[in-house]
Amino acid sequence: MLGEGILKGLAETAKNFAGSFVSAERMITVQYPEERIAPMEAARVFPFLVYDSKHPEDSLDWEAGMRCVACQICEKECPPKCIYIEKSKDKKPDFVGKMQIYPARFDIDISVCMSCQICVEVCPFEAIKMDTQFELATDDRFGALLLDRKELAKSNEYYHHIHPTEAAEVDARLAAEKAKANAKVKAAADAAVAKAATQPAVPAAKPAEGNKQE
Amino acid sequence: MTPSTIDPERLEGWNRPPIIEPDGEGDLLEVAMGPHHPSTHGVFRMDLALDGERVIRLKPVFGYLHRNHEKIAETVSYLATMPYTDRLDYICSLTNNWAYALAVEKLVGQEVPERAEYLRVILGELTRAQNHASSIGFLLQEMGASGTPLMYAFREREKILDLFESLTGSRMMCNYMRFGGCRVDASPVWLDAVRKVVAGLPAFVDEFERFLSGSEIVMARCQGVGILKPELAINAGVTGPMLRASGVNYDIRKVDHYGIYDRFKFRVPLGDHGDIYDRYMVRILEIRESIGILEQALKGIPGGPVMDPKAKIRNFRPKPGEAYGRIEAPKGELGFYLISDGGPNPYRYRVRPPSLINLTVLEDMCLGSNVADVVLIFGSVDIVLGEVDR
Repeated sequence: MLGEGILKGLAETAKNFAGSFVSAERMITVQYPEERIAPMEAARVFPFLVYDSKHPEDSLDWEAGMRCVACQICEKECPPKCIYIEKSKDKKPDFVGKMQIYPARFDIDISVCMSCQICVEVCPFEAIKMDTQFELATDDRFGALLLDRKELAKSNEYYHHIHPTEAAEVDARLAAEKAKANAKVKAAADAAVAKAATQPAVPAAKPAEGNKQE
Repeated sequence: MTPSTIDPERLEGWNRPPIIEPDGEGDLLEVAMGPHHPSTHGVFRMDLALDGERVIRLKPVFGYLHRNHEKIAETVSYLATMPYTDRLDYICSLTNNWAYALAVEKLVGQEVPERAEYLRVILGELTRAQNHASSIGFLLQEMGASGTPLMYAFREREKILDLFESLTGSRMMCNYMRFGGCRVDASPVWLDAVRKVVAGLPAFVDEFERFLSGSEIVMARCQGVGILKPELAINAGVTGPMLRASGVNYDIRKVDHYGIYDRFKFRVPLGDHGDIYDRYMVRILEIRESIGILEQALKGIPGGPVMDPKAKIRNFRPKPGEAYGRIEAPKGELGFYLISDGGPNPYRYRVRPPSLINLTVLEDMCLGSNVADVVLIFGSVDIVLGEVDR
């Protein structure tokens, strides 16, 4: 019969129409500005710089705790070249206490950034991570989308808040690194003490002992 | 407003001799369709010469979305090109990643761990399912079924995009594959979510078929319209569902055995007439075959690493040489051709985009049909302008 296919199709539409009022899995519309779904854990929008804060409630120590050491790898690897870094002249201690240079200037032009996460992948210092903040509309055409290092700095607690699993892994890795560095420092100190103690008697024992403690 | 008329002699300037002769009554009308036309899937222009309602010439004009993709890729590192490939065919970014990763892996002789191969197949087939779903949705939209079929298709696509987002961090710009594996491992929770979505896919395809495949309007508009002969399809280098709808059995998953596709059992759906309806049906059937592959892959996925630990991410400098990696992307054969001179960026980088090459037969399919069918035939080619213009 001509028209049978159309009627079958209409029956399917009617079923869907009715279903959209009763079936729970179909009622998925979210009234966006009033209601929000939390962003997915893996979500990525634009990068930010992580800092370790001793006093999480006080946001003043962003500069002291910043993990970035201005190695400029992300600047080099960034596909659209939206990162601009200037190295500092002086040095400050990093999280293991080693003296490192820091970025005197770190700008990301998020109007150019394409959220590809390559800066995060290549960073050997776990200093740059992806944010999930997406409501960034602004009426300033020029300055507002060029973020400087103060605007980019977010605390490690914030990182834990948006990517809990990933941040826990990163923290474990950093703690292991720190323990290793501390052990090395301690080993070096012990070796120095041992060396001072043994030097008058047996000078030749020094390298062997040093190797053992390594 | 008087329509601008064209002298038949002006048609001599067009790029091929006339195939359809104007009937000689009245003037010919030259119409520029696009680049801003809702049915053009982006910015694409067709210059049509019309004799009444009949198309007697069609000239495709592309390049409005040209972004210098190949040249950019020759100036940045191998890794930095990966996110740019997402932006070629932005409906199915994961297959673009895969093809590029395959080309680079061929160039340097990189092996891929077992689990990563399985993940690639799962993501590739999910991409195929969502691409075909949205492409038939768009086709119906162009037929005048404004909204409803497209919304049904997008409802399903949304579930798959949510899977992509929870694994790769982005719905469409996934940037997931790497040379020697994949960027992050899939959790068991994610694999269960995939199983759930895959279990729901057959119901969606069945519903779509009940809804549209038997509809008299769809048949009247699609059957016998926009016929592509198999000889022409082969000669023009057409690939993908377009070629198979014309009855040519050619699927790179079967003929090239890339990845681990020879471990899965699946059939290649073929059309008979090469018209719009066959292309629609081939896509529906390919979703069904994809579901079969997904079920097999989800059953057989092994544990282990997803990235070869020896694979280099930074300071990647392949030895001088060349490689061509190709896969069966949802739209056809997607290939990347790379020449390395030993430097950190490719000496030559070339994309073989299925959308562009499938478009070259557009005029042959449209000649003699009505203007309203041109939109439909164009929709059945299934292109994305990001890939046509690059």
